[in-house]
Amino acid sequence: MSPILEGQDLALRFGAVRALDDVSLSLWPGEVVAIVGESGSGKSTLLRVLAGLMEPQAGRVLYHDAEGAAQDVHALREAERRTLMRRDWGFVHQNARDGLRMGVSAGGNIGERLMAAGGRHYGNIRAAAAEWMSRVEMDPARMDEAPRNFSGGMQQRLQIARCLVTRPRLVFMDEPTGGLDVSVQARLLDLIRSLVAELGLAVLFVTHDIAAARLLAHRIVVMRHGRIVEEGLADRVLDDPRHPYTQLLVASVLAA
Amino acid sequence: MTASAHMQAPDTDPGYNFAYLDEATKRMIRRTLLKAIAIPGHQIPFGAREMPLPYGWGTGGIQVTASILGPDDTLKVIDQGADDTTNAVSIRRFFHRVAGVRTTTRTAEATIIQTRHRIPERPLTEGQVMVFQVPMPEPLFKLEPRLAETRRLHALGDYSLAQVKLYEDIARQGEGGSSYSHPVMVNHRYLMSPSPIPGFDNPKLHMSPALMLFGAGREKKIYAVPPYTSVVSLDFDDHPFRPVRAPHACAACGSTTSYLDEIVTDDRGGRMFVCSDTDHCAENQMARKAAE
Amino acid sequence: MSALALEVAALSKRFTLHLRGGVSFPVLEDAALVLHAGECVALTGPSGAGKSTLMRCIAGNYGADSGHIRLRHRDAMVDLAAADARLMREIRAESLGHVSQFLRVIPRVPALEVVAEPLRARGVPRAEAEAQAAALLARLNLPERLHGLPPATFSGGEQQRVNIARGFVAHYPLMLLDEPTASLDPANREVVIALIAEAKARGAAILGIFHDSEVRARVADRLHEVRPLEDAA
Repeated sequence: MSPILEGQDLALRFGAVRALDDVSLSLWPGEVVAIVGESGSGKSTLLRVLAGLMEPQAGRVLYHDAEGAAQDVHALREAERRTLMRRDWGFVHQNARDGLRMGVSAGGNIGERLMAAGGRHYGNIRAAAAEWMSRVEMDPARMDEAPRNFSGGMQQRLQIARCLVTRPRLVFMDEPTGGLDVSVQARLLDLIRSLVAELGLAVLFVTHDIAAARLLAHRIVVMRHGRIVEEGLADRVLDDPRHPYTQLLVASVLAA
Repeated sequence: MTASAHMQAPDTDPGYNFAYLDEATKRMIRRTLLKAIAIPGHQIPFGAREMPLPYGWGTGGIQVTASILGPDDTLKVIDQGADDTTNAVSIRRFFHRVAGVRTTTRTAEATIIQTRHRIPERPLTEGQVMVFQVPMPEPLFKLEPRLAETRRLHALGDYSLAQVKLYEDIARQGEGGSSYSHPVMVNHRYLMSPSPIPGFDNPKLHMSPALMLFGAGREKKIYAVPPYTSVVSLDFDDHPFRPVRAPHACAACGSTTSYLDEIVTDDRGGRMFVCSDTDHCAENQMARKAAE
Repeated sequence: MSALALEVAALSKRFTLHLRGGVSFPVLEDAALVLHAGECVALTGPSGAGKSTLMRCIAGNYGADSGHIRLRHRDAMVDLAAADARLMREIRAESLGHVSQFLRVIPRVPALEVVAEPLRARGVPRAEAEAQAAALLARLNLPERLHGLPPATFSGGEQQRVNIARGFVAHYPLMLLDEPTASLDPANREVVIALIAEAKARGAAILGIFHDSEVRARVADRLHEVRPLEDAA
């Protein structure tokens, strides 16, 4: 078995700032990995580079597709990369506005990836959209409403449904519960946890919420100043942190 | 056409070059047209000139017509299917004045038909050229406001957004949602706005013997559908595209197949339906009289 | 002699507290331990001697600084001290069960699912996994009306029974038990003692910390003393 995604020796500088300083990271099929760190640690940059949304200045990202072929994500032609992103991958943004079409109904948002994949049967698309609304615990009767009619937590659910409808193998999430009320966060994490387990997804997500990392992740990667300072089993990193920065992160959270 | 200035008819305004535009501009537009014909449905940018009428009145169509017009052409101009509306009359008069060409209201006689909103009911023939006035050439415009991104989507042939729009139309309005500017796939490659013609006219684009040229003056784009090219309206398998017309007979000629305009006859809700294509309606009426 | 199940050798573990000026204290030095299939070994020693640390190192919850922790996994001896996160997950799913002192509750997940989860992770169909989980919870006298509720609101004893059921449901060849009977009433303590006996009978190796000397006497085949480092030195 090979990793589903491999970042190799990734580097990216913004002026004098090293956003990524020789970072390597592998993700295995079915594995959930959290990237934690404070703002400016490079965690979101790492996610975007691994997801093919941002070009590294050095290093490469390899994706191993379902047939086992390795693809250099940043060397792919744009058409191939887009296909990959819509068929094999999903990306859940922190801000629903970045991940949803706000002028398109909930059903249309979910159906878009099906249509992009060649779906041309209106009834089937609606049925799939209704099914996925139920799976993310939304009322399918509201499928013709625009995203702005839904609460922040519901918009995130919609984003998740929109990503998962084509059964991707790999999902990236950037602070998926950021900016939500605590109770809403907990329910959303819960939903993500059960969907991920049920679908056997590989997930790479960025969070500054240690509790979310413990709940969802099999493995935690700690980033600081563009480098990975510690990584390992989620419970080991949190219960036996080695690096001073990890100890600080863990100590700043009450009863994670 | 280089010597066109010598061939001007006697009543042509001598203050203007033949067909208003200078020869260099016409050559530039003709080069653009050749490119557009070579890549059916693909929008080609061109250096649209200021015209002596406001944007939205057909500046793109007029420039295309001016560039392809020769002294032997016969020009028909329709607006909403009618030859006698202000815009149609003005444009016809304009070309008569600056090019001295013969004008007509008869579809059968015309070599060039400039149009807004309609394709004539009478089947077009080889050698005829349709010139469409296009307000917004980009079919993805309402879905993706970034022009650079729409260009990329065209390049990639990624039209899921247009399909999403169609989905939304059906979800909101049921069958036959978008009745105008219903997007079409040209030659199985490019998504194209057929300009604001009713969906009823979309099938007339498919495998037409005539050449279809589209000019957008404000947006500075030209595109084309060459004769005998596949033009397919976007649809869903279970909601196939259906051209719709009002389910009435024309009050003037009795046609049950032509596209109808609804005319309000009084302020008590009285209304009637008549052919939108005035030439077609007149022909029908004459044929009916002849038969009687 | 039964097959070797676990071999700890030259294991050292120290904690360095960077937030306290880098103060560093050793907890385990050169620790060694051997465990065979079918036997139960109880760790003894005063509190603070490092019993829990040793157990958590074996569980992979703490990382060893040096030494080896070899256990049987897929018919080979694998060194946990050198295992990466992925191998560790695989070992935890298949070969190593751990009943910690406290149940780490996941919000809103019902007790039945918590218990069935180790079976689900091995690919057992949901219905079958939940049936086994329900049977075990019933044996531990957890009322059926609680099976569908998240354990967050349960009493300490109820939570501990959920924890024990989760540990015993999947029949791991090696099990770590950290105070499994601490908050149980006598009846449930008997159930746990029986579960341990059954696990041993099917060949599981068990390493436990039992403060209850009666329980310890009834389940342990051997004692292994963990001495505080000052004493050892």
